[in-house]
Amino acid sequence: MIIASGVGVMVMGLSALEALEETTQAYYERYRFADVFAGVNRAPEGVVRQLAEISGVSSVETRINKLAMLDIADFDQPVIAQLVSIPERSEPLLNRLVLREGRFVAPGAPDEVVLNEPFAIAHELSPGDQLHAIVNGKRRRLDIVGVALSPEFVYALGPGSLMPDDLRYGIVWMGRDALAAAYDLAGAFNFVSLALLPGTQPNAVIESVDNLLSPYGGESAVARENQLSNWFLMNELDQVRTFSRILPSIFLIVAAFLTNMVLARLIAIERAEIGLLKSFGYSNFQIAWHYAKLVIAMSLVGIVLGWMIGAGLGRYNTMTYANMFHFPLLIFRPNPMVFVLAGLISLIAALIGCLGAVAKAVRLPPAEAMRPPEPAQYKQGLLTRLRVVRALDQSSRIVLRQLTRRPWRSAFTSLGVAFSVAVMVMALQWLDSIETMVDVYFNDAQRQDAMIALNQPQPSRVVNDFLHLPGVLAAEPLRWVGADFHVGSRMHRGAIQAVTPDAGLQLVYDVRGHSIRVPPDGLVIGTELAKKLDVSIGDMVWVKIRDGRRPEVQLPVIELVETYIDLPAYMDLAALNRLLRESPRTDMVNVLIDHARTDEFYSELKQMPRVSAVMFRQSAINNFRDTMAETIVIFVNFFGAFAAALGFGVVYNSARITLSERGRELASLRVLGFSRAAISYILLAEVGLLILLALPLGCLIGWSLAWFIVKTSFENELFRLPLVIYPSSYGIAICITLLATVVSAVLVRRRLDRLDLIAVLKTRE
Amino acid sequence: MSRGGATAITSTNQDDAGLEAIFCAEAISKIYTMGEVKVHALRGVDLELYGGELVVLLGASGSGKSTLLNILGGLDVPTSGSVRYRDHELSQYGQRELTRYRLDHVGFIFQFYNLIPSLTARENVALVTEISKNPMTPEDALALVDMQDRLDHFPAQLSGGEQQRVAVARAIAKRPEVLLCDEPTGALDVATGITVLEAIGKVNSEIGTTTVVITHNAVIGGMADRIITLADGSIVDVQRNDRKLQAHELVW
Repeated sequence: MIIASGVGVMVMGLSALEALEETTQAYYERYRFADVFAGVNRAPEGVVRQLAEISGVSSVETRINKLAMLDIADFDQPVIAQLVSIPERSEPLLNRLVLREGRFVAPGAPDEVVLNEPFAIAHELSPGDQLHAIVNGKRRRLDIVGVALSPEFVYALGPGSLMPDDLRYGIVWMGRDALAAAYDLAGAFNFVSLALLPGTQPNAVIESVDNLLSPYGGESAVARENQLSNWFLMNELDQVRTFSRILPSIFLIVAAFLTNMVLARLIAIERAEIGLLKSFGYSNFQIAWHYAKLVIAMSLVGIVLGWMIGAGLGRYNTMTYANMFHFPLLIFRPNPMVFVLAGLISLIAALIGCLGAVAKAVRLPPAEAMRPPEPAQYKQGLLTRLRVVRALDQSSRIVLRQLTRRPWRSAFTSLGVAFSVAVMVMALQWLDSIETMVDVYFNDAQRQDAMIALNQPQPSRVVNDFLHLPGVLAAEPLRWVGADFHVGSRMHRGAIQAVTPDAGLQLVYDVRGHSIRVPPDGLVIGTELAKKLDVSIGDMVWVKIRDGRRPEVQLPVIELVETYIDLPAYMDLAALNRLLRESPRTDMVNVLIDHARTDEFYSELKQMPRVSAVMFRQSAINNFRDTMAETIVIFVNFFGAFAAALGFGVVYNSARITLSERGRELASLRVLGFSRAAISYILLAEVGLLILLALPLGCLIGWSLAWFIVKTSFENELFRLPLVIYPSSYGIAICITLLATVVSAVLVRRRLDRLDLIAVLKTRE
Repeated sequence: MSRGGATAITSTNQDDAGLEAIFCAEAISKIYTMGEVKVHALRGVDLELYGGELVVLLGASGSGKSTLLNILGGLDVPTSGSVRYRDHELSQYGQRELTRYRLDHVGFIFQFYNLIPSLTARENVALVTEISKNPMTPEDALALVDMQDRLDHFPAQLSGGEQQRVAVARAIAKRPEVLLCDEPTGALDVATGITVLEAIGKVNSEIGTTTVVITHNAVIGGMADRIITLADGSIVDVQRNDRKLQAHELVW
């Protein structure tokens, strides 16, 4: 059973990971996910030929991407749609859709749309239903004819969101002609996808694409690895990878140790039989082989069982993920190597345990092996000379001596339990860290109720229009421009958020707990960005703004700000406008809303033609939490169960082994008049002491594991998970482990109560 | 003569010397079920034991002597019949009362010593003195069996005979009224066996503990007040020694 669980966990972790990777690969290949993506303001269709001639490019497809606001019946908040064009007369060349329901749009039917499946499910929309949209300022009725999935939008992230929000952001595919007509882009495109020939490095291609598109307002191309959806998906897989390594390793080590202990004990019991066999003339090798066969047979049962459990759980796990990512297909073909590897490791652990014990038994002359073993050796250890220990009663001395006599086993048992606590702490740490991140990002830094994106920069007085909307208590302008930052050979492609110096709705907030006033004459950048560019306060950064007249200027870094999310750069709004040589303009408005009048505000907002997107803080928080609940909480629960099983397994098995080794001793005590409770004390106090040691150790290991995972898998440009562990997480971890321990103690106690005094005393060992 | 002898000694609660019967077993039977086979370990045994006497139970393997001892010691209960120790009706007792009874009244010595390997000689004895009402000190108990020089040795550092003497000290340290010894010399050679028997004899004569010794070595019967022989679950012979031998006088 121990072997089975060790093998099971390992097979599960590795096979799920492999299956996810293979499934992703197959999905990308089958639906021709492009390799390079580039946005552009407006480029004539003629550029396609030039793009196709770039060496390494195998196919090119252009399209029109636009954001629009949707009005869906029964949903009072505005919804943002990413409108994406598809050819009306054929399937797309690249980024093909997986039609889940209905059909694609028909030529000459400009109001037909296909929705992405998660969005359709969230709003219970299906072919035949209708919705309204403000397309380029005009309100239109759209007919849903199909529901589809795309490898390009595995993670559908709305503008400015950190998590997919299927209620407030959806992908809407429309005919190319219809979108071209709506946005006056006939014979032109604003987005292009390229597929590369196998083995082509995307970087050279990206450079050529950028050069070709820059006269048309190119936004700079990104390779597949930086494509938003893929980046999130790969990040998720990285996390799965981290866990499918760490967890099974811990489990397998513990399982190997337990197997080793159990088998060693089993053979120690059989030493008389070994003596007997030797007296018949069996050689040491024959005896060792006999027991090896026994152990192999026993292990095989466990291994096969573990394979089945692991494959089953692995499949389940993969399916859970595939559902989360809305994969239209699932490839679960576990690599036989995983099975072989897990099996081999367990088998070797078992064999080592068995052979060690057999070796000990065969070394004895047969006659001696058939006699009961000598009483175990004990010494007056240092510990027992202490005054405290001298004051203890004999039962407690037994406990202490037992522990110190087998320090390795004691240490390992303690370590096993500690790992159970550690795994739990590590799992709970996520929730704590994310909670902290949410708290800082959404509660400390953001004070606005909604952030409204305009479809193009507007004169700053537009803020007044929003101030007059029903329910709006305050409105502040914000401008967000794409920018490239250069320092020497280091480069970062990001954005500048331009704010007014007295902004109170969105603060430039340092996670160390203070907000920063943006100076009029330079940049405030995140510490991570400073690290990336290798600059500090006072250094100059070349900034190339990818907006307006595209100025290139050198700006000093005035202040650094520590953030958990993104690599932000801030500057003063008036300063930015001066750089762009524009009259004061803004493309975002932060608003504070009277919560009693939100409905009025929403319905007014839905009618506003200039608005391209709205982000609501509260729904962003809720959505963030919900998404976390979906992914992380499942993981945390899984880890909790795993940790409890680990704790239970270690405690139960070590108590069982102790009971088997010392049943005779405990029975003697019963005969001497010790009550059941008294002998339970001796057995369980030993385990209890080890657990007591294990708890703080576990918290420490848990912290270290969390640190390791946070540093290796949760530190990237998008977010840096803070290492935060609430005291309650330690508490919960300890309680769960204690509970597992108590359950195993009760089980062992029941065995102890059934101890057959006479039988134990009659048999020699 | 078999049955006659057994009946003769149960006919009265006072023997001819006027000793008080502290154990009174009536028609006790014990049937073990081993798989589908029923083993009659005891078949209606009647027995009385008197205060301060040393009784040797003789018999071949499987004669039922260990079962009888276990029942007297509160380790087992008879299938039928009654066992009374003074005013304790042992055959009616549950686990908890039996544990109490063992703790308060009975000392045990086993063939394989059953010392706690992680405790020294002194601590092994202290194990019992800590939980009894009116014990001797561990040192006194060990001195009684001539082990006063090896107080702080662990079992692994003691010879078999020494270990068994520690076991005797542990059994008598709580001043039990009954000392039950199951093959105390079974695992020992003659010379060490005799030192252990000397210790047992000394306890019997100096403290007056009622002592029952199980053995299949008939020679040991020489040091007994009475020798009771069992065969096939029944008492087949009871003999009284006119002169008890000292342990060192035994020869085998």
